[in-house]
Amino acid sequence: MGVFKLGKMTFGSLFKKPETVLYPIETKPQPAGLKGHIEIDVSTCILCGLCEKSCPTDCITVDKATSTWSTNPFACIQCGYCVTVCPKKSLSMLPGYHVANTVKDRVVATVPEKAKPAKKADVAKAPEPAKADEPAKVVEPAKSADHAKPAAEAKAAEAASLEQGELRIDAELEAKLALMSDESAAKVRAALQAGK
Amino acid sequence: MGQKSIIPFGPQHPVLPEPLHLDLVVEDEVVLEAIPQIGFVHRGLERLVQKKDYNQFVYVAERICGICAFGHSMGYAETIERLMGVEIPKRAEYLRVIWHELSRIHSHILWLGLAADAFGHESLFMHCWRLRERILDLFEKTTGGRVIFSVVKVGGVFRDIDKSQLDEFNHVLEGIKDEYSQIVNAFLNEPSVRNRTYGVGVLSSEDAHNLSMVGPFARASAVNYDVRMLGNGAYGDLSDFQPILSNNCDCYARMEVRAAEVVQSIEIIKELSARIPDGEIAVPVKGSPAFGSEACNVLEQPRGECYYFAKGNGTKYLDRMRMRTPTSQNLAGMAVALKGCDVADVNMIVLTIDPCISCTER
Ligand code: SF4
Ligand code: SF4
Repeated sequence: MGVFKLGKMTFGSLFKKPETVLYPIETKPQPAGLKGHIEIDVSTCILCGLCEKSCPTDCITVDKATSTWSTNPFACIQCGYCVTVCPKKSLSMLPGYHVANTVKDRVVATVPEKAKPAKKADVAKAPEPAKADEPAKVVEPAKSADHAKPAAEAKAAEAASLEQGELRIDAELEAKLALMSDESAAKVRAALQAGK
Repeated sequence: MGQKSIIPFGPQHPVLPEPLHLDLVVEDEVVLEAIPQIGFVHRGLERLVQKKDYNQFVYVAERICGICAFGHSMGYAETIERLMGVEIPKRAEYLRVIWHELSRIHSHILWLGLAADAFGHESLFMHCWRLRERILDLFEKTTGGRVIFSVVKVGGVFRDIDKSQLDEFNHVLEGIKDEYSQIVNAFLNEPSVRNRTYGVGVLSSEDAHNLSMVGPFARASAVNYDVRMLGNGAYGDLSDFQPILSNNCDCYARMEVRAAEVVQSIEIIKELSARIPDGEIAVPVKGSPAFGSEACNVLEQPRGECYYFAKGNGTKYLDRMRMRTPTSQNLAGMAVALKGCDVADVNMIVLTIDPCISCTER
């Protein structure tokens, strides 16, 4: 038994390239299947809200009234469950991490209205429906200055649509609330109350 | 004859990756008694099972612990599959075991590094963690995550490992063998390491039996028990499985057992990847666990046997989910092993049970 058993390895590493990289100047390549962030293809999304219901961290919000799909990348745990439940395969998990920010902004995507069968046409009565031929638009996280804007717009839109068809939305909401946990249901109720 | 005094150890201590508090009753630098106390990182995850449905809870289960993350998601999913009577495809079973063994390798190498750090051998620590990176890169390529993978679902797995990736697994594992054997040689034969571990923190085989110790901690005290020998899932298809035992009962034996288990896991991965069957990787699971249904399951985590219990109530939310983790079992043995040791050896002994306090407190 001799001392310095690690000699060969330690001596050898003097002449090898370092194992570490000079982060952040240099970064490691990201493999194709890396779970980095969630992206939505707004052209196929039908705003069904399944992703919102299945997300374990409740970080997705699907708002039919404003035709928006949004997610909080700081709450997302990259589990990919929403990707597997989406019936239209609109969501995908792609490499590339969401960069750090001083404000916990949401990523908001506006879903253009699609040509629908006449029977279902009145279901999504967004106050300002986007044109069907308008190109799909993914809104990048808002800058901190106008950060509150989408939220305010959403609230106004919600109030407007509530006035338009209070009864229908209530029934729809009730069904949704029943599926939520008590806590989040209470939160939604409180938000609606405030909106009124 | 000195005077008895109490030295607090932890919850914040350089050797502890996680918060554990010990009251050491000390006389003349010798520990007479160690009273462990936990409760610093309780997160109430078992209760969450009533708020997240059984599919969502897979992601909660794997966040119980950062190191045996895959094991917890696998153990939980297996429990729910038993609860609902779901049989998963053979290929999914194999894939789960391959990933699970790979996480055992990463966990044991991580632990060897921490042990080296505990007795002050910095370069050994660095070399261990350098090797561990290779394993993490394999995970990153096949699952998309380095530590938390989110590839297990109730009914199977989300991602497949194709032939070329399996070959890469074996290639990388073969590649680290040489460096790994040099590291193990340093652990087992270098006098400076031996002096710190040989004959330190002895837990007799009888005590280990009586206190129901589990995992490498028990096997180092010659307790012939490893859940893998029950042959659950793809473990049943192994041509031969013998738990790795040692009769030394001390810190050295615990290091020896873990060091050998890494090689054993490499062999298991090699064998399973050679005979992995083709086919589906998941079956659809419909419905909810029946009212009053109960199921339990055991799984060999890197730290030892973990026990899972689930109870359904007819909805997609479970009534109860209980996990008994290896560390909560091993804390009793640790208190016994600490009796009569030197104060300077306490950190080494605490580390050799590979404590995972986050697991224990959930
Ligand atoms: S992304 Fe998919 S699941 Fe989510 S609302 Fe759109 S269609 Fe539904
Ligand atoms: S990846 Fe998981 S946490 Fe992130 S949005 Fe999808 S379901 Fe929610």
